Amino acid sequence: MDTEISGVKKNTKLVIDGALYNVIEVEFTKPGKGRSVYRLRMQNMRDGGVTDRTYRSGEKVDAASMTTEEEQYLYRESDQYIFMNSKSYEQHGISEKTLGIKKNFLKEGQTVIVLMFGDEAIDLQLPITIDLKVIDTETALRGATITAQMKPSVVETGYKVDTPAFIKVGDVIKIDTRTGVYLERVSTGK
Amino acid sequence: MPEDEVIRLARRRQNLERRALIFQYIRDFFNEQDFLEVETPIRAPAIAPEAFIVPFQSEDWYLAASPELHMKRLLAAGYEKIYQFSHCFRKGERGRWHNPEFIMLEWYRRDADYQKIIEDTEKLITSVAGKLGFKKSIKYQGQTIDISLPWPRITVSEAYLKSAGWDPTTKNDPEKFDVDFIDKVLPGFAKDRPTVLLEYPAEQASLARLNPGNPKVAERAEVFIGGLELANAYSELADAAEQAKRFREAIEQIKNEREQVMPMPEKFLEAMKKLPECGGIALGIDRLVMLFCDAEKIDDVMAFTADEA
Repeated sequence: MDTEISGVKKNTKLVIDGALYNVIEVEFTKPGKGRSVYRLRMQNMRDGGVTDRTYRSGEKVDAASMTTEEEQYLYRESDQYIFMNSKSYEQHGISEKTLGIKKNFLKEGQTVIVLMFGDEAIDLQLPITIDLKVIDTETALRGATITAQMKPSVVETGYKVDTPAFIKVGDVIKIDTRTGVYLERVSTGK
Repeated sequence: MPEDEVIRLARRRQNLERRALIFQYIRDFFNEQDFLEVETPIRAPAIAPEAFIVPFQSEDWYLAASPELHMKRLLAAGYEKIYQFSHCFRKGERGRWHNPEFIMLEWYRRDADYQKIIEDTEKLITSVAGKLGFKKSIKYQGQTIDISLPWPRITVSEAYLKSAGWDPTTKNDPEKFDVDFIDKVLPGFAKDRPTVLLEYPAEQASLARLNPGNPKVAERAEVFIGGLELANAYSELADAAEQAKRFREAIEQIKNEREQVMPMPEKFLEAMKKLPECGGIALGIDRLVMLFCDAEKIDDVMAFTADEA
């Protein structure tokens, strides 16, 4: 899809020489009397390599047409996380490196939005917060009050997060999926 | 008032205070030399047609992209030394060093050429630096820059041959000129000194006169400090017929490239018949303030950018 370089923003996906890139940074610059120049820093979405490219105003780039699919998270196989389209039963893998922090918030059977480039799964869209059950944590330290004291807790996906001291095994807690930080207790376990 | 705006403006306060001081010191510099501070219209029926400067329209008039034409009309009427801080508007220019509305300082001297104007610039910037408490150097983004005079001069021809391997004054390739400038020539300038880039190719003379001894180049110079393009100086073209020809070419190019019909600045061309020999310069004040505040981006030295207006 031909796009004016001036319309390219952070996180625009571009196809260059057949490879898919995510734009990490756009730097606009312009000699006072000259043409606008756009310096793009981009990450290759397959191998993670970072490249810089310079474009003149008026140049066209190929913006990737991305689609989204509702898929189910199945399981992990070495460094691949496997998802399945619930209608077509087609399966797609996304690498651990691409998922980054998002890998910590996947429960088997969970429905997620997968970002597709053609028939290749590129990335996941997660809700901003997710509720997860605590499966392991130390019992509150003797003398600890319900104040700023934090302790590590493990949630059902295996992710270890700092929580307040009052959190117990069985509690359901809310976590920010962008930062991985504990937000609040949703319910108390029995 | 949203909380983030309060925090943002509090964070910028120190820079905005310094900005006000810089304006004051610049006015002192010019007033002490008997320059007259002038004001010219921000909104006008015609502006200089320039191929790569896109103006904002205001009904069927234009917002100033530079005060140059009106200041030259004052010179043509006998004013000898004038300066102005002017709000200028350029569409689509937004980035670390750009905001579509910005402040330009322009000054002009009768019977002067671009070399004289560059000497003014050196004196102005070192004078402001001195009053702000800087001695021989300033520090910008981790780099110490020695601002003692005179600043190194390099011609466009020398700079491109050194950093990009070709000479724009013998080969006309304006598109390559801009990309190579950003990618190769600008990064090739000494990091610890200002740079004055002189003698632009005749095709990029704009409103400058050609060098009488070498008509392949224009008497145009630009000043760079810390990677920032600060100012653009001319020995002003005083030939109305030649200026009209350049404007016609620019109007044609704008029509072809942007499908925009720009009017010919007739009143200016009429006044230009009486324009004496003079030199002038446009200096981006926001970038000068960035330099003196060690600000990473233009946003840090403005109360409200276009995105925050």
